Amino acid sequence: MMYEIIVFLPLLGFLFAGLWGANVEPRTSELVTTIFLGLSCLLSWFAFFGFAWSADPHALVVPVANWFTSGKLAVDWALRIDTLTAVMLVVVTTVSFLVHMYSIGYMHEDDGRPRFFAYLSLFTFAMLMLVTANNLVQMFFGWEGVGLASYLLIGFWFKKPSACAAAIKAFVVNRVGDLGFMLGIFGTFLVFGTVSIPAILAAAPHMGGSTIGFLGHRFDTMTVLCILLFIGAMGKSAQLGLHTWLPDAMEGPTPVSALIHAATMVTAGVFMVCRLSPMFVASPTAMHFVTFIGAATCFFAATVGTTQWDIKRVIAYSTCSQLGYMFFAAGVGAFNAAMFHLFTHAFFKALLFLGAGSVIHAMHHEQDMRFYGGLRKEIPLTFWAMMAGTLAITGVGIADVAGFAGFYSKDAIIEAAWASGTPLGQFASVTGIIAALLTSFYSWRLVFLTFFGAPRWAGSEHIRHALHDAHGAHDPDAAHHDAHHDHAATGTAGYHPHESPVSMLIPLGVLAAGAVFAGMVFNHWFVGLSGAAPFWNGALVVNRELAEAAEAIPLYVKWAPFAVMLLGFVTAWYAYMRNPKLPAAVVEQIGVIYDFVFHKWYFDELYDVIFVRPAFWIGRKLWKLGDIGVIDRFGPNGAAWVVGKGSEGARKLQSGYLTSYALVMLLGLVAAVTWTMGGVVR
Amino acid sequence: MSGFPILTLMLAVPLLGALGCLASDAPRARMIALVATLVDFALGLVLWADFQVGGAQWQFTERLPLFSGFQWALGIDGIALVLILLSVFLMPICILASWDAIEKRVGEYMAAFLLMETLMIGVFAAQDLFLFYIFFEAGLIPMYLIIGIWGGADRIYASYKFFLYTLLGSVLMLIAMLWMANEAGTTDIPTLMHYDFPPGAQNWLWLAFFASFAVKMPMWPVHTWLPDAHVQAPTAGSVILAGVLLKMGGYGFIRFSLPMFPEASAHFAPLIFALSMVAVVYTSLVALVQHDMKKLIAYSSVAHMAIVTVGLFAFDRQGIEGAMVVMLSHGLVSGALFLCVGVIYDRLHTREIDRYGGLSINMPAYALLFMLFTMASIGLPGTSGFIGEFLSLAGIYQLSSWVAAVSTTGIILGAAYMLYLYRRVAFGDQTHSDAARMPDLSVREWAMLAPIALVVLWMGVHPESFIAPFRADVAALDARVAQARPASDAGLTPPAAGLVQAEAR
Repeated sequence: MMYEIIVFLPLLGFLFAGLWGANVEPRTSELVTTIFLGLSCLLSWFAFFGFAWSADPHALVVPVANWFTSGKLAVDWALRIDTLTAVMLVVVTTVSFLVHMYSIGYMHEDDGRPRFFAYLSLFTFAMLMLVTANNLVQMFFGWEGVGLASYLLIGFWFKKPSACAAAIKAFVVNRVGDLGFMLGIFGTFLVFGTVSIPAILAAAPHMGGSTIGFLGHRFDTMTVLCILLFIGAMGKSAQLGLHTWLPDAMEGPTPVSALIHAATMVTAGVFMVCRLSPMFVASPTAMHFVTFIGAATCFFAATVGTTQWDIKRVIAYSTCSQLGYMFFAAGVGAFNAAMFHLFTHAFFKALLFLGAGSVIHAMHHEQDMRFYGGLRKEIPLTFWAMMAGTLAITGVGIADVAGFAGFYSKDAIIEAAWASGTPLGQFASVTGIIAALLTSFYSWRLVFLTFFGAPRWAGSEHIRHALHDAHGAHDPDAAHHDAHHDHAATGTAGYHPHESPVSMLIPLGVLAAGAVFAGMVFNHWFVGLSGAAPFWNGALVVNRELAEAAEAIPLYVKWAPFAVMLLGFVTAWYAYMRNPKLPAAVVEQIGVIYDFVFHKWYFDELYDVIFVRPAFWIGRKLWKLGDIGVIDRFGPNGAAWVVGKGSEGARKLQSGYLTSYALVMLLGLVAAVTWTMGGVVR
Repeated sequence: MSGFPILTLMLAVPLLGALGCLASDAPRARMIALVATLVDFALGLVLWADFQVGGAQWQFTERLPLFSGFQWALGIDGIALVLILLSVFLMPICILASWDAIEKRVGEYMAAFLLMETLMIGVFAAQDLFLFYIFFEAGLIPMYLIIGIWGGADRIYASYKFFLYTLLGSVLMLIAMLWMANEAGTTDIPTLMHYDFPPGAQNWLWLAFFASFAVKMPMWPVHTWLPDAHVQAPTAGSVILAGVLLKMGGYGFIRFSLPMFPEASAHFAPLIFALSMVAVVYTSLVALVQHDMKKLIAYSSVAHMAIVTVGLFAFDRQGIEGAMVVMLSHGLVSGALFLCVGVIYDRLHTREIDRYGGLSINMPAYALLFMLFTMASIGLPGTSGFIGEFLSLAGIYQLSSWVAAVSTTGIILGAAYMLYLYRRVAFGDQTHSDAARMPDLSVREWAMLAPIALVVLWMGVHPESFIAPFRADVAALDARVAQARPASDAGLTPPAAGLVQAEAR
């Protein structure tokens, strides 16, 4: 019963706020959804402690109902609980609960609050269905459900054209990944005759060496299936090529970015690969593919993160990059390290986003870091929370002594990749080290630009709006005209940022505690040499040889992440604190490269030229030339012309004739049938 | 299952209602039509409740010889049952949708609708070849009148096009039926479904039926009558056209082409696949650039119907059952989408997408239901759209990964054009003051849309209620066509695989 409550309470909250929210005070909807999530979260922690370390190697499967059955394709609603699920349950419900609570403060001025909280709870329900799935189709249900919630929340401020565009982009790009996922499910059903996850995982190891036809060629069976499924993961987890929706998704309210686009939904792809780890290890080619995509994304996104000015976009690219780490960890076979990074990342990335939200809240919706500066003293609690997050993501820590959360998980990944011994694994490891340098640089850059130096608030359009409103002299036109013109404007312009309310600070505090301690507390169990096997208990493939090899890697690899972390910090400090003219000078020097990186490697522009515009152009051509120009011209219109009346023929049929036409037709039919009956059927 | 002729009664009720409407003034005609359709719906529920799942294949059978071998032969299997249910469910909703929208010649209009209901039920219930033919072709006449008399400005061109396309197909089908009756010596459909026609003849017969069903479906490239017909038809006409009339093509394939000509069906499957793959990509792209809401949804119908044909010719359980569910789901969802268009058309009298915008602000309930149907249309799991699409595509993948891969791109393109439509209608800021003043749903409009919404969710979460009646029929069909099944291009050929597959089962 406990597991049903965990999963379905958020659904009840969604139904209440969504259907009944308009009839009650917004505060009621906020409290109902938040309290439901709090209960769900509490029970999840019970489930976690009950399941991890349990002696029983079998997952608990709670049947709910039959969904659909067709031939031997039988799909049930059921909740599957094992250690992997339990980890996801606590991550999802904890972050979701904190985000619900945070949103009470953050969204307090918004008229659409019941709708907002309904969507948050809907998301949580779908995510829980995803992580408790016992078959691939229920996983797909959750997969698409979180996609819907993400779409609705990105487009929450639906009056903004940019929010609507971002919402559609997120949904459609994810559907490209879903094409792979669906074909992967179909292929899995073809090969295994079932979509039940335990049955597939039991049979997968025996499939080595078999081949299957796909698109007219023959391939290794498990390679085809795993790569198809992984394409789904690439869409949901914003990996290189299908990543373009994630930065745009920052159009949604900041709590949404923290919950969906950092801590939970975007990690669904990593979860899927780990859940299906026995399938993936059956195909070395697919594992290489995963490693390569992960490493490439990790590097690509980190480079872009160093150049962005929007505080949320920096963190968004950071998320993309960290997901890359998780994937290449999975690709080299360190699934437990991938899950460990997923776990710690959920805390510190949610913290960074909620901290950024607190900054944005204080700065009256300004998101451009060029208009921040000197906020350390104005919003000290937010500052310290962000510091905890930054120390965690940059991986500050000393081996075998102590460290922040990211230190343990990121080092485990880099070490495992190196220890895998393959050239690709070592390439991934080096890429991970370079990305760690960039991570350290952009994270400290964010901190220095936001919290240190002199205030640069005067140039901000949003701040001017705030001041205008405060003085009762509301003149939007004037504010529009001189906004953003003077980037060099410094000073406070008389604005006083305020620290956020308690309901926003408590989640920051809890997550900060997670960012500081999660690594130290759980390191032994998630990835420890002796702790991992009993902890995971067969829920994913734990590669003991790899873990042993990781203990024995050269010292220069072991210390490299630490060194680059320091280097990134010093560089950022020098460039943004010591010598603030330096970045502009560097940009001057490497103009072309900077432009390339600043424009996100021109992915959006490329896709616009090769996909979006052609789709509309071809659509218009098919319509005007295909349907009207050819089919109609030589079809019905041509027939009319042949009859001898030209296209005028059509117009001469008048409604008065219609009835007689119809009557003649009916009578003719009856006559024909009657006549033939006499002769034919005898 | 008693001897009571419930099917005849279901045909008679709307027919009597139609006569009543012709003799009444407008308010009374509306009332008569509503009552008659509700009575038929209630009879449909009785039919559903009395239908023995796992019982005889043909139930509620009636036989009454009329003259010279021509007989009044009715009876249904599960496939016909669910399609009849769809028809009688949509009918009262159509009457409600026409309540205020139709002002001229109300009596005749209601009579035409009721007549159409009789004919639609007749198509699905007929067990005699020629009885089927009469219902099938005559069903066009009321629709032809509805478009031609109560349609929009270009109604004549639209109804002419509709007529011309369907005419060719029906002539060929009639000839084929005559030949079949002569060859088999019977016009009894259940018997013919087990009659083995010579393979050489099958091809010609199959093509003749195909000409009729492909137009009805409609399949690319004989689809161009559909957008025009939809655009010109009144709202309720579009609902029935999309909801039920398009299903007659699929019903034809499942009732005639597949069981009567299995070898020819296998032979021509590549043709079906080619046309369907083109349709999915082509009409989805065309839908993307439409400015007229009804045209957009009409083109989307062509793409969805292509999934039906792909599933039907997959020659396996998942494909055929999936195709059935797509038909039911599309009947509900596209019907509901046309109703959604009608709701705002009634307020602003334009179907131009750009004349709307920001309706979420002044019509939140409308925006909610429109969102639900949009999501059902793009096959979101949890709605009816997903089940059918998933099963059809899973079915075809077993036969051809190429066809599956191309057809599945429909989930990307479908999301693109539907969300783009929704964004322009319901999202964005309010840019037109008249659109911004439109009131939210009335009680009558709630009564039209809410039942469909409930069924869409029901079918999405627990489709078993709808699949169970026709499972045995699809299994029988699957067994009938099994020996003709084309070879799969995705076959698994490892030494160990057969063993593993056996284990997994």
